[in-house]
Amino acid sequence: MSAPTLDTTAVVTGAEPGSRAARRPVRNRRPGAKKKAADWVALGFAILVGLLIAAPILLILINSFKSPSDYASNGPLSIPQAIYTDGIVAFWDRVDFPVKLWNSIFISGVVAIGAVAISVLNAFALGIGRVKGRTWIVVLILLANMLPQEVLLYPLYFMFKEVGLYDNTWSVIIIFIVIQSAFGTYLLASVYGTFPKEVLEAAALDGAGKWRILTSVVFPISRPTLSVLLIFFFIWTWNEFLIPLTFLVSNANQTVPVAIASLQGDRLMDVTTTSASALLGLIPTLVFFLIFQRTLTRGITAGAVK
Amino acid sequence: MTTQTPAPPVRRPGSASLIPGTRSRTFWVYLIPGLALLTLVIIVPLLWNVYLTFTSYRGIRPPEWIGLENWEKLAGDGTFWTSFANSIAMILAMVVVPTLLGLLLAALLFDLIGRKFGGKLASFFRATFYLPQILPAVIAAIVIGWILRPQDGALNTILESVGLGGLAHNWLGSPDTALISLMVILVWVQIGYPVVIFMAALQRVDPELYEAAELDGANWFQRFQAITVSIIRPEIFVVVLTGTIAALKVFGPVYTLTRGGPGDSTIVPAYYAYSEFFQSQQVGYGATIATALTIVIAIVSVIFIAAQRRLEKQEEER
Repeated sequence: MSAPTLDTTAVVTGAEPGSRAARRPVRNRRPGAKKKAADWVALGFAILVGLLIAAPILLILINSFKSPSDYASNGPLSIPQAIYTDGIVAFWDRVDFPVKLWNSIFISGVVAIGAVAISVLNAFALGIGRVKGRTWIVVLILLANMLPQEVLLYPLYFMFKEVGLYDNTWSVIIIFIVIQSAFGTYLLASVYGTFPKEVLEAAALDGAGKWRILTSVVFPISRPTLSVLLIFFFIWTWNEFLIPLTFLVSNANQTVPVAIASLQGDRLMDVTTTSASALLGLIPTLVFFLIFQRTLTRGITAGAVK
Repeated sequence: MTTQTPAPPVRRPGSASLIPGTRSRTFWVYLIPGLALLTLVIIVPLLWNVYLTFTSYRGIRPPEWIGLENWEKLAGDGTFWTSFANSIAMILAMVVVPTLLGLLLAALLFDLIGRKFGGKLASFFRATFYLPQILPAVIAAIVIGWILRPQDGALNTILESVGLGGLAHNWLGSPDTALISLMVILVWVQIGYPVVIFMAALQRVDPELYEAAELDGANWFQRFQAITVSIIRPEIFVVVLTGTIAALKVFGPVYTLTRGGPGDSTIVPAYYAYSEFFQSQQVGYGATIATALTIVIAIVSVIFIAAQRRLEKQEEER
């Protein structure tokens, strides 16, 4: 996903157009309005585009459950003659899928939590503490997000080798905590900048210190925003490729996308097994999409609204 | 603790935090973990990488200072320029085509489908168009790569079954079609992003505006130009800028499907840098390519943001 550099203040405030979009997806007052021939043409066009976009995924779905001989005789468009799961099972065992799944969940989960924590600390100092030079600090932090990751590759490779973290999931976790929290800091700092002053004053009058205000006032109030960030960080980290590919070389440490990509072109991968490998790669993200659809739509759509 | 003393009247608003009685300075401690990690993971490697561009370094013996030699080599390196030419193709596939198609589709869903057939149907289409965006880029590439397999791929099999076997092709494996196939994949991946963002932007438009325009006899294309495009211009900027950065950084699909080949036909700067690092072991030169890419991204971002500022100003003056 290419969203990290968006201007996303609205994700958090919630009341902005984004959440309206989530509740009432497309504004519509009179569904029964008079339809002209051109409207039906438009509908036909939308259906055609939808089919074109969904077709590859549907093809993967039906062909993952076919035997290679069924595929050879009936082609890619037919429904499987019998449900055949050998391809899926073979690939599952081959890549040791549960291990890869666990690696991806562990890395993405720890990164999401760690990056949210760093974002909150940074944003507390920048947005509420209003430290001097905060604009430049945010720009500096955003570097992490803008840079092509290739410029970090060799120095990090060398550094992690030196400290013995090369080929260790923690190397990837540390890198992505920094990269994801850059976006989180950018977003949260502007949200905390508009934090209700009365609430902070009341807490200060009650004698609460800064840490206390952060943990028992700021954190709970901004929790809805933080959960959106958490989900985004999780999925973005899940989808990352270059850095896991470079830093997690041994089989036991690989993530799902890296494991699946590295077996492509393997001579032992017949046509339906390859299809099954794509299916196993897309199922986890599809599941996240279905679970978090509302949060995601709200986050993505709010992204572009200033 | 500053909170123990009664809060003094704020003298310099610039240095005051939002919490009464605390000084901005005292918040620095909260930045320590974040900035320490940033220094370690981003800033030091970035500077180190710039240093490496002035060295010959093969990963074993210590880097040897060679001045501007890498940069001179870069200027005359045909592969490097090919990789940037291919970046233009990536921008075409990830920015130009998706933005134009996305505008069209968003307007279609919002203005026609949503109004005439119901918002639920429009949302359903939006979700369908967005589907490829949720996949990891490499998995999306594998999905389409599977369809384009040379011997038994779905596309070739279908072509043969309808008697067009002559058109069957090694889509990703021949120099004449590899780049265009890669571009098709990226269009497919990217198309949902502008659609979703533009449709959200269109929420700002009062549907009555469309209805009024329609009553006044404005046809679909006139409504599209006068209402849709002018209102969502800020979002168009965001989509074009983020998409361009993403297109310049493309790596996963190239690595997974073509490894830059056949020949140099699909090589992109990110992949070229990677292969110099880990295949040719020319670390200094790989660092130079990566730094050049960074400079290009920085220039593109600055130009875009300046252009956007200027447009906004013009709008305010009007």
